[in-house]
Amino acid sequence: MATDASYRPAGHTGDAYDQEGAGGSEEPPRLPSLGLVGTLRWTWRQLTSMRVALLLLMLLAVVAVPGSVLPQRPQDPAAVAGYLADNPTIGPWLDRLGFFDVFASVWFSAVYLLLFLSLIGCILPRVAAHLRGVRARPPRTPRRLTRFPARGEVVLDATPEQVVAAARVALTGPLRALPRFRTDDDVEPDGARTVSAERGYLRETGNLVFHLALLGILVSVAAGQFLHYRGQALVVEGRGFANAVTDYDSFESGTGFDPRSLTPFTLRLDRFTAAFTEDAEARPRDFVADVTVRLPGEQESPRTIRVNHPLTVGEAKIYLQGNGYAPDVVVHDADGEVAFAGAVPFLPEDTFYRSRGVIKVPDVSTGDQVGIVGYLLPTAEVTPLGARSIYPQPLSPLLVLTVWAGDLGLDDGIPQNVYRLDESGMTQALEPDGRPVTLFLEPGQTVDLPDGLGTLTWNDLPRFVALDLRHDPALAWILAFSIAALVGLSTSLFTPRRRLWLRIRTVQGRTVVDGAGLARGDDIGLQGELDRLLDAVRALDPAPSHAPAARTGPTPHDDTSARETSPGTSHERQEHESR
Amino acid sequence: MSLGELSTLLVWGATAAYAIGLVAFAVDLARLADGAARPVRAGAVANARAGGGPVVPSATGPAVGDPSGPEGVVTRAGRRAVGIAMATTGVGAVLHVAGTVLRGVAAERVPWANMYEFALVGSLVAVLTFLALCRGRDLRFLGTIVIGIAVLALGLGLTAFYVPADAVEPALQSYWLVIHVSIAVIATGLFTVAFAVSTLQLLKDSRASGSSRLAGSRWRMLDALPPAAELEGLSFRINAVGFVLWTFTVMAGAIWAEQAWARYWGWDPKEVWSFVVWVVYAAYLHARTTRGWSGRRAAWFVVVGYATVIFNFTGVNLLFDGLHSYSGL
Ligand code: HEM
Repeated sequence: MATDASYRPAGHTGDAYDQEGAGGSEEPPRLPSLGLVGTLRWTWRQLTSMRVALLLLMLLAVVAVPGSVLPQRPQDPAAVAGYLADNPTIGPWLDRLGFFDVFASVWFSAVYLLLFLSLIGCILPRVAAHLRGVRARPPRTPRRLTRFPARGEVVLDATPEQVVAAARVALTGPLRALPRFRTDDDVEPDGARTVSAERGYLRETGNLVFHLALLGILVSVAAGQFLHYRGQALVVEGRGFANAVTDYDSFESGTGFDPRSLTPFTLRLDRFTAAFTEDAEARPRDFVADVTVRLPGEQESPRTIRVNHPLTVGEAKIYLQGNGYAPDVVVHDADGEVAFAGAVPFLPEDTFYRSRGVIKVPDVSTGDQVGIVGYLLPTAEVTPLGARSIYPQPLSPLLVLTVWAGDLGLDDGIPQNVYRLDESGMTQALEPDGRPVTLFLEPGQTVDLPDGLGTLTWNDLPRFVALDLRHDPALAWILAFSIAALVGLSTSLFTPRRRLWLRIRTVQGRTVVDGAGLARGDDIGLQGELDRLLDAVRALDPAPSHAPAARTGPTPHDDTSARETSPGTSHERQEHESR
Repeated sequence: MSLGELSTLLVWGATAAYAIGLVAFAVDLARLADGAARPVRAGAVANARAGGGPVVPSATGPAVGDPSGPEGVVTRAGRRAVGIAMATTGVGAVLHVAGTVLRGVAAERVPWANMYEFALVGSLVAVLTFLALCRGRDLRFLGTIVIGIAVLALGLGLTAFYVPADAVEPALQSYWLVIHVSIAVIATGLFTVAFAVSTLQLLKDSRASGSSRLAGSRWRMLDALPPAAELEGLSFRINAVGFVLWTFTVMAGAIWAEQAWARYWGWDPKEVWSFVVWVVYAAYLHARTTRGWSGRRAAWFVVVGYATVIFNFTGVNLLFDGLHSYSGL
């Protein structure tokens, strides 16, 4: 046990298993010796102690909580902006302290990095010790077997040698190469034979695999951050896009990512189908995007993308992340020229796909630029109170629009949100009574724009999908380490660590086998394990009728009791057997 | 009546049966308290029972009158209340299973996709774990807490979280719903039972170490329970299984998230809290083997861990919005 204790982190408690060793000895608090090296060594010893690991784990749980309570910038920047606006005093402070990006904050990182540093410092020495211990022998049979949690005895006629041999076979189990127990036997000075056995080395192996796998997960995740990329593209039915950084609506990647590594495939959205429940709630039931993919040098091939079922093309996985309608419209300007033609994605805002969009018309022949803003209602219901959508499918689609004229602000070089109108340089077309002019329009209709700005024609209502393309080369590693962690953890938690001992003596001509067992931690299977071993020994005697009699024989409980044992000669044993 | 309605009716029935069982368990504990003070003459009562008193259905198995549990757990003859409690719990469990299966049939999918169904299946796992553990040894003293939590969960489920049986949205249409969520719910059920054990361990330990609050005769039943160290070992074994299953849940969730949301981990509130749960139980496993932290202190980790489990299940769904907003409310 002394060896056990020495490679465990400081503060690792002994349980029953360690009871023989230095189990209860409390280390006196040691003051750091002066000097840099001493202080460093002291700090390191503290960091890699069991208690600090525990404190850091608790701290890790605590510092994660704000990440769920406060809005987080990577997930929802709009919510963070809203929070800052609502809390002008405390908001900026929280922001400065990193509370809106907890999982990238200095303090969160500090906790988990320290924890992993502690883990390295604690696990590596144990790996070394465990490797050295691969050939370790089971501990010698203690002098007294009476004080162990599992006890048993058998008295029989077989010779001590036979008992030893039978016990070894039973302990090893059916696979000699993979013994259940490591087993040793010995002869004590007074002639008693002993068998000592230990199982459960895999427990420590599992524990080490688990902790190292956690480290592996951390390293793989970091590698993935460095090498990954992710892009978003919005594709309207009938259109397509090419896999190039410039063709994405948004693109982000790790610093180690090389844009030239993108496989230049093309993808076209042929059709998007959405299904909803038919009741008033219209819950989504199924979304399917039928696409055609073409890899360089290959034929076009039809594929589908669904929620939960990303499509893999080249190295990228393509996810269906959103969908909506993109009314196909034509704007003729005041001179009757086509100033704009195309499908304009309107972003859904509620479960009935009331969708908001902007038609920007910068290229007018003369006069002001035009911005048309408003809603698409797939199944419109118009009441005196206003118009709304009552079902997501395009059963009676309606566009409800207002019109702005002026400068769209597209030329100042500042990137603009395509779904928003910058109204600063524009004026809204108003009715004589001061209310905005509102246009209502159904597919196939053409309406005049107010103030003689031209006309708007709505031709068709294709759908669009929002696709996420992503590649993270570390995924397979993360998965592999996760599986290793799970296997290691289960092995460590469910492998019993047990020691069994037998002392075999000859008392009054019979063989007395005394057994004891000790487990690491509490272990309800311990007695059963010992009983199985003793049963295997008991089976040496042919007649079962011996067993009850044997129980009433001399009670060899106490090692110090007077014994008639003598170093067994083969001659004597012959005699016993012949009896 | 539709299948879904029939399922709901069965669940109400199960809740009622458990409620009766709960009362009987409580009565039994009170008796145990008396028994701990004045040992009952075991033989007399046993004879009376054999003489044809109202015999409790055999659903309770060999528990009644078992002279001493294999672990030396206290059992007393004359615990008629606990017999009734186990019988009604058994009836409740049968109704509970039937209601859960019918719910799945009615919705044409696995019955764990919204909060009502989590409450339904989670409490079922807790009850079944409890009944299974009782087969090995006499742990019926856990009944009050486990069945109490089950009644609470089902009651809340039926009144506050209830939604009619229906198919699920595309984001949930995946076999991962079967794997990830079922394992999560089973882990929750196990954590529940382990929490019950650790709570008793803490109470027992406090009484044993002379806490004035627990000194009164009302708490005498604690004396009848197995020693605190034995409770701690039991709690550990259940928690160990729960922790492995929870680890699997988190990993399976990450795999599913990778498929459904294009990232394996995004610190969505549900993910944050699943992580917190995992870390707290990891801390518990460490505490058990850290000098000065085993025993009582480790048991507190189980209490805190269970609180995070419950918060993850209720608070996170109701308070925060995230991608995991499937409460159906
Ligand atoms: C990322 C942080 C860590 C996590 C999540 C973690 C988790 C766990 C878990 C779940 C167990 C129980 C399962 C098993 O026995 O294999 C465990 C055991 C253990 N951990 Fe860690 N651990 C972490 C860091 C550390 C550190 C820093 C140390 C050293 C100071 C450490 C030392 C140990 C030891 C010695 C055991 C075995 C306890 C026993 O004897 O049964 N762990 N750890």
